[in-house]
Amino acid sequence: MNVRAHMSMIFHLDKCIGCHTCSIACKNLWTDRKGAEYMWWNNVETRPGTGYPTQWEDQERFKGGWVWDGKKLNLRLHSRLGGLMKLFYNPPLPKIDDYYDPFTFQYSDLFNAPLGDDQPTAIPISQITGEPMEIKTGPNWDDDLGGSSTYAWNDPNLSQLPESVRIQMQELEQIVFNYLPRICNHCLNPACLAACPSGAIYKRVEDGVVLVNENKCRSWRMCIAACPYKKVYFNWSTGKSEKCILCFPRLETGQATACAHSCVGRIRYLGVLLYDADLLPQTAMVSDEQLIEAHRSVILDPFDPEVIASARANGIEDSWITSAQDSPAYKFVKLWGLALPLHPEYRTIPMMFYIPPLSPIVSVIEEDLYRLDVSDEMRDFELFDRLDKARIPIKYLANLFSAGNESAIRPIIRKMLATRIYMRHKSVDGVIDDKTLALLNDAGTNPEEVEAIYKLTTMPNYKEAFVIPEYHRETAIEAWDDPLAHKGDTGFGFIQPPHRGG
Amino acid sequence: MIWDTIFFIILPYIAFSLAIAVGIYRSIYRPFTVTSLSSQLLERKKLYWGSISFHYGLVTILLAHLYALTLPKSVLWWNSVPIRLYLLELTGLALGIFAFVGICILLWRRFSEKRVQAVTTPMDIVVLVLVFISILTGILIASLYRFGSSWFTVIFTPYILSMFAFKPNVGLVAPLPWLIKLHVINFFIMVAVFPFSRLIHIFTYPFQYLYRPWQIVIWNRKVKSAKKLSSAQGK
Repeated sequence: MNVRAHMSMIFHLDKCIGCHTCSIACKNLWTDRKGAEYMWWNNVETRPGTGYPTQWEDQERFKGGWVWDGKKLNLRLHSRLGGLMKLFYNPPLPKIDDYYDPFTFQYSDLFNAPLGDDQPTAIPISQITGEPMEIKTGPNWDDDLGGSSTYAWNDPNLSQLPESVRIQMQELEQIVFNYLPRICNHCLNPACLAACPSGAIYKRVEDGVVLVNENKCRSWRMCIAACPYKKVYFNWSTGKSEKCILCFPRLETGQATACAHSCVGRIRYLGVLLYDADLLPQTAMVSDEQLIEAHRSVILDPFDPEVIASARANGIEDSWITSAQDSPAYKFVKLWGLALPLHPEYRTIPMMFYIPPLSPIVSVIEEDLYRLDVSDEMRDFELFDRLDKARIPIKYLANLFSAGNESAIRPIIRKMLATRIYMRHKSVDGVIDDKTLALLNDAGTNPEEVEAIYKLTTMPNYKEAFVIPEYHRETAIEAWDDPLAHKGDTGFGFIQPPHRGG
Repeated sequence: MIWDTIFFIILPYIAFSLAIAVGIYRSIYRPFTVTSLSSQLLERKKLYWGSISFHYGLVTILLAHLYALTLPKSVLWWNSVPIRLYLLELTGLALGIFAFVGICILLWRRFSEKRVQAVTTPMDIVVLVLVFISILTGILIASLYRFGSSWFTVIFTPYILSMFAFKPNVGLVAPLPWLIKLHVINFFIMVAVFPFSRLIHIFTYPFQYLYRPWQIVIWNRKVKSAKKLSSAQGK
C-alpha cells in the first residue's frame, strides 16, 4: 500500500443554479490576461449541450484520454514516436474557434463619437486582432438550452440514447436541463501529463494538483488535445500551456478555491481523499462496467489503522489524516457512495466528483391538461420506484458519470430520493411511518445516514464544506531554497515579464 | 581578400560563440522564453501545408549537410556510381523544393492572417526571411553548380575542419561563386540569430519523451531528504 493524499472537490449538481459566479471568480483571479481571455479554467455548461469547447466530449475528433485495449493503456492521441513525428502539426488540436474568438467592446467610441442624433455604440472587437468583429459564439452560448437545435441535440452523450427518449426530451413539455460546472479534474492518471513531450507537466504528490511548469513548456501543445476534458489551454500570446491550478496559493493559506468559495448555491465541497498509488494505473485497466467500482477501491478508508500507518510512513502529517477523516469528499464518494467522476471511461481517473442531479417526474398531457404520471397515493414515492420516468434519462446521466453504466446511477438517485422523502415526512408529518423506513431499507440506507446526508447537503458551514488541512508550505519552500539566502530578495516569480518568445 | 576574412573567419566565429554562449544563458536563466511559439491554435489550414513540408524538407536536408560534413568519404563513395549520384541529387533537390513550398506558405500565412499577425514579432520575420534566402539559394546552387554533393565534401569539410582547428583556411572558399558564398554567409547569420529567436526550439526537440515514464510526480517535501539520501549513496 502506497498511501497518498489528494485535494478533491465535490460538485452537488442537484444544487447548482447555473449562475456562473464560479467562472467569474476564477476568471478575475487567474485568466484576465493577454492570451488567456478565451480560457475558462472553470466553466459551467448546460446539459444536454455541446459544452465548451464545443463538443469537447467527441474524442473521435479531439483524441483525448486513454484507450484500454485489454492489455495496455495507450494514449488515444499518439504513441511516443508518433507524438514526436506530429510536433510540427498536431491535427486533433482544437482551434480557437472551437472555444470562441474572445471579444471586448470599443468603449472609446462612446466618448469619441461626433455629436449626432443617435446614441453612440461600442462595437465589438476581437481581443486577438483588435479588429471589429461579429460575435458569433461564446463560452456558454447555449446557456439554459439557448439554440437547442444546434447545441443541445448535438450533445455526444445523447448518441447512445434510444430515438424515442431523444424525441421525448425534445418536446417542450418534457424539456429539462441541468448544469455541469467543470474545472480541471486533477486526474490520478492524467493524459495531458503523459502526452507532454517536454515533461513540463507534473503532479504534485502532497495534494495531487496537476501543474504546468511553464519554464519547461516548449509549446508542443500535445496536452491540449490529450486532455479529454479540454482543460489545458494554450496561451496564444506567450505560447505556453496553462490550466486550473486548484487555487493552490489559496489552499496553502487555508482558503477554499475561488470557485468553491464564491459558489452561490454552495454546491461545492473540498476535502482530502487518501488513495493507494500502488493501484495505479491498473484501476483504469478494467472494463467499462467495472470502472466506477475500481475507481472507488483506490480511495482508502482514513479510519483504517493500516491506512493510517502507511500514510504516516509516506510522510503524510497527522493533520492531513484527521482532515481526511472529516473530509466531505470522503463521505460523498466513499462512505455514502453518492458522488461519481465525470466520464470515467476516459480512464484518466479524475479526482473531482459529481453528485448527479434529481429531476422532476415526466408528466403527460391529457385533454390539454398537465397531469403527473403518478397516482395520488403514490405521489410521496413518486419517482422512487419508477426511475425511468425521471425527466433526465438515467442513461444520459450514466453516459456522463459512469461510462454508460446505469446500475451505478440508480442506487445514488434512489438514496437521494429516499433522503428527500424521509426528511419530508419528518419535517411535515413529524412522524416516520413504516413505509418510509422500508423505503430507506430498500435504498440501502438508514435514518442515521440519511440525516447526515441531509445535513451536509443542505446546511454545511464553511468549515464543514471546505475541510482544508494545514499545508506547511514552508517545508516545501525550504526543500528547494534556503529562505535565509533569499531574505534580502525583492520577491519571487518572474524576473522579467512573460513576453512572447525571445 | 578582406571580405573573405570577415565573412568566412570572423563572422562564423562570432556567430557560433553567440549561439553557444547566449543559447546556454537563455536556456538556464530565461527558460520561459525558450519555446517553439506555435500558432496552430490561431490558424491551422495554411500551417498544415506550410509547417509539415517545411519542417520535414528542411530537417532532412540539414541532416544531409551534417552527414556530408562529418563523413565526406562515404558520400564520395556513393557518388562514384552515376545513377546513385543522380538519385542523391534529385532527392536533395526535391526535398529542397518541398521545404521551399513550405516556407513560401508560411511567409504567406504570416502576412495574410490577421490572427497570426497579432502574435508576430519582428524577429519572426527576420527568421522567416533568413530561412527563405537559405532554401532559395540552396535550390539554385543545386541546379546551377552541379554536383553539390561531391564538391561540397572536398571544399567544406576541410574548411570546417580548419575552423575547428582554429587555423582557418579561407583559400578553400574564396574562389567560390557569389551565390554559394551567399548561402554560407546567410547560414552564419542564422546561427548568430539562433539564440535570440524562436530558432532555439531546434535544440529542445524532446527525444527524452521516447523513454521517460508516462507519469511525473514531484514530492515537494521529500526533495530535501531525497537530496541528502542520494548524496549519501554517492549518486
